[in-house]
Amino acid sequence: MGNFDLLMHGFSIAITPTHLMLMVAGVLMGLVVGVLPGLGAPNGVSLLIPLTFALDPTSAIILLSSMYWGALFGGSTTSILFNIPGEPSSVATTFDGYPMARNGESTRALTLAFVSSGVGALMGIMVITLLAGWASQFALKFGAPEYFAVYFLAFAAFIGMGSASPAKTLVSLTTGLILASVGMDTVTGAIRLTYGFSDLLGGVSFLVVVIGLFGIGELLSTVQEGLRFRGVNSKIDLRDVLKTLAELPRYWATTLRSGLIGIWMGITPGGPTAASFMSYGVARQASRKGAAFGTGRPEGIVAPETADHSAGTCAMLPMLALGVPSSATAAVMMGGLMIWGLTPGPMLFATQPDFVWGLIASMYVSNLLGVILVLATVPMFAALLRIPFTIIGPMIVVICFVGAYTVGSATFDLWLVLAFGLVGYVFSKLDYPLAPLILAMVLGHKAENSFHQSMLLSDGSLGIFFANPLVTGIMMVALALLILPKTLGLALSLRRRKEIAP
Amino acid sequence: MTLKSALIAATAIGTAGPALAEWAPTRPIEFVVASGAGGGTDNFARTIQSAMTRNEIVDRNMVVLNKGGGSGAEAFLYARQNAADPHKLIFGTNNVYLLPHVAQLAYSAEDLQPVAALALDEFLIWVKADAPWQTPMELIEAAMAEPGSIVFGGSQSKDTDETLVALIEQTTGADFKYIPFNGGGEVGVQLAGGHVAANVNNPNENIGQWQAGAIRPLCVFSPERMAESEPVSGDMGWHDIPTCVEQGLDIERYQMPRTVWLPAGTEPEVVAYYEDILTQVAATAEWQDYLSKTSQTAAALTGDELTAFIAENEAATVTVFEAEGWTTAAAQ
Repeated sequence: MGNFDLLMHGFSIAITPTHLMLMVAGVLMGLVVGVLPGLGAPNGVSLLIPLTFALDPTSAIILLSSMYWGALFGGSTTSILFNIPGEPSSVATTFDGYPMARNGESTRALTLAFVSSGVGALMGIMVITLLAGWASQFALKFGAPEYFAVYFLAFAAFIGMGSASPAKTLVSLTTGLILASVGMDTVTGAIRLTYGFSDLLGGVSFLVVVIGLFGIGELLSTVQEGLRFRGVNSKIDLRDVLKTLAELPRYWATTLRSGLIGIWMGITPGGPTAASFMSYGVARQASRKGAAFGTGRPEGIVAPETADHSAGTCAMLPMLALGVPSSATAAVMMGGLMIWGLTPGPMLFATQPDFVWGLIASMYVSNLLGVILVLATVPMFAALLRIPFTIIGPMIVVICFVGAYTVGSATFDLWLVLAFGLVGYVFSKLDYPLAPLILAMVLGHKAENSFHQSMLLSDGSLGIFFANPLVTGIMMVALALLILPKTLGLALSLRRRKEIAP
Repeated sequence: MTLKSALIAATAIGTAGPALAEWAPTRPIEFVVASGAGGGTDNFARTIQSAMTRNEIVDRNMVVLNKGGGSGAEAFLYARQNAADPHKLIFGTNNVYLLPHVAQLAYSAEDLQPVAALALDEFLIWVKADAPWQTPMELIEAAMAEPGSIVFGGSQSKDTDETLVALIEQTTGADFKYIPFNGGGEVGVQLAGGHVAANVNNPNENIGQWQAGAIRPLCVFSPERMAESEPVSGDMGWHDIPTCVEQGLDIERYQMPRTVWLPAGTEPEVVAYYEDILTQVAATAEWQDYLSKTSQTAAALTGDELTAFIAENEAATVTVFEAEGWTTAAAQ
């Protein structure tokens, strides 16, 4: 029964005027950082680290983590309004969020995103509270084959029911895999596909590609269609927010499922980006209106947002308990931990209860603050869409390029944005899906590494992916998600034909 | 504080000679880090940043820039592109001069000017707590009995970890299997979970798992035992770990220096300035705290001492590379 008492003790540390102020400041800064594409949570948090030298570790982590939550909230804003994901993990939110905003329901889309983010976060924190000890044991069970199985599952869940033509999906997926393999390979140490360009040594940044594909690509399409911003909404009303809130309980199943996926991917380092994609894919497969996904379905916003945020919060657990960060932001925070003189690892929970439980308690409070702050600003964000395109268009271009530059402070990335802007434009004109490309870029290299490591371990036998119940279980679910939708669809259409035939 | 810094400045002038201490930064200093945020080199650079800020050693701003692509090659290429820029400090390990031997890269070690080595990170052999081997020789004999059956995990390929495993193989004739992972923390967890049999992590990468009793060290690759410390796991502290030579494994020294560089072509005054402020950092409480928290061995090598250390370390490691056939055509 220790956990509950410890949590209460944590609240007594977290709820002090100074800490509350730090939370509000952190969340607000995070919102700004999240809204600007490129200047994502990892950059924002690392910029803040020097400021934390003067704080004690508990206050410092509260400030940094609040900023992370703020960035997660903010990241969805530009995804929905401009089709530019502020954070990698909000890419999946663009699929239905942007169409919904374009249909004139931007307030609804934003409210859905923020509230389900908040719910996802809450689910994540509760799991952390309950399972602080046990979850780290579970994560220890994951070796290379298990990791590969998880990534395979993410691919399978997403691709199982692709709506585009299979050939086009394949082209998009392969392009993503090729892009993901640029740079130095971890397992062999070989430098691949850089063609002597030293700028490519670090690989092609996923975020830069996304900014180009979505931000610039979308802008080009808009310009072609007559300089009209397509998301114009005439009426923004607090009543819209309330109406959407009342609508939310309807999606309880999606929320629950996505929350669980997020928790799982957060604890077993898959990361929020993988979680949001996987959750979107699963929601589409589970929904009876799966085919309508991509046109502004509410579930298509609820699913990735819930998973993103629950994974984001749960990612703190392996970082603290194992020293393995499952998101880029968690990695930066871990660096902070080391500088403040704390050693992440199983003993942190025993030796630094004030720090750990202060942080966990602060997560409840700051996420609640986050939802309130962000909901209060919904009308303001949505009003952005009423600015004429001639003003907002150039601003988006500036934001895109500034954002891409902040990723790695490299001029070369600006050319990449331009190039991928054209690719994005061509892809959308020719109806090539972008999502498989993004998924392959995010997970391609990780999947390849863990596959390679597994093959080294097993001397090249594929049997290693069915060697124990855990990995077999994940592989089976993945295969089912990959094959079932097609075969079921086929069987259904056969039966329907039979019914019609007589 | 002003009196103190004035005194320090005065001593610096006294030792280095008036001509050499004249340069001072006129713009913010860029700290170019050859690892991603949160990595070992990143912590090294940020600790120095923090020590310099808190003790008012430098009154200019310092901006940390992570360029960890290609095992850090990105940062060293950046140094080449910014030759003679006195406002860029590059933070790395021995990868600065070792990388060009194993990969074809568009820079060579001559593109960077060594400034200082401030710490030596130790390497240990670690096994899972319930593993059957009590000494390094037992582990090696098990590998001799069944070649390739014992799996070492390590970070990256042809980097310090794999080099050490290769060195053990070359010294003893045993044959291990080596699996590269992304970083030391990940390798520590893979060992604690029993997915690999052993690793050669630095103390800091495994301390959490050791504290929890999930893994234990067999020996340290250092000529003498590590510094006295509080007990870490049970009643065992860092000083209680035997050296590998004590245990009959004949590798006297394998340590990784934490190094600071400038782009080549800066004035000698600039090098002298940075040598001076980094020597001041080594004396701060923040720095001592960092060394003891991460269980690294103190070192403050500059000038000829540093050049000699680099030459020796490079020669010894390249011998291992050549025996493994890793050296690239370009470097031979």
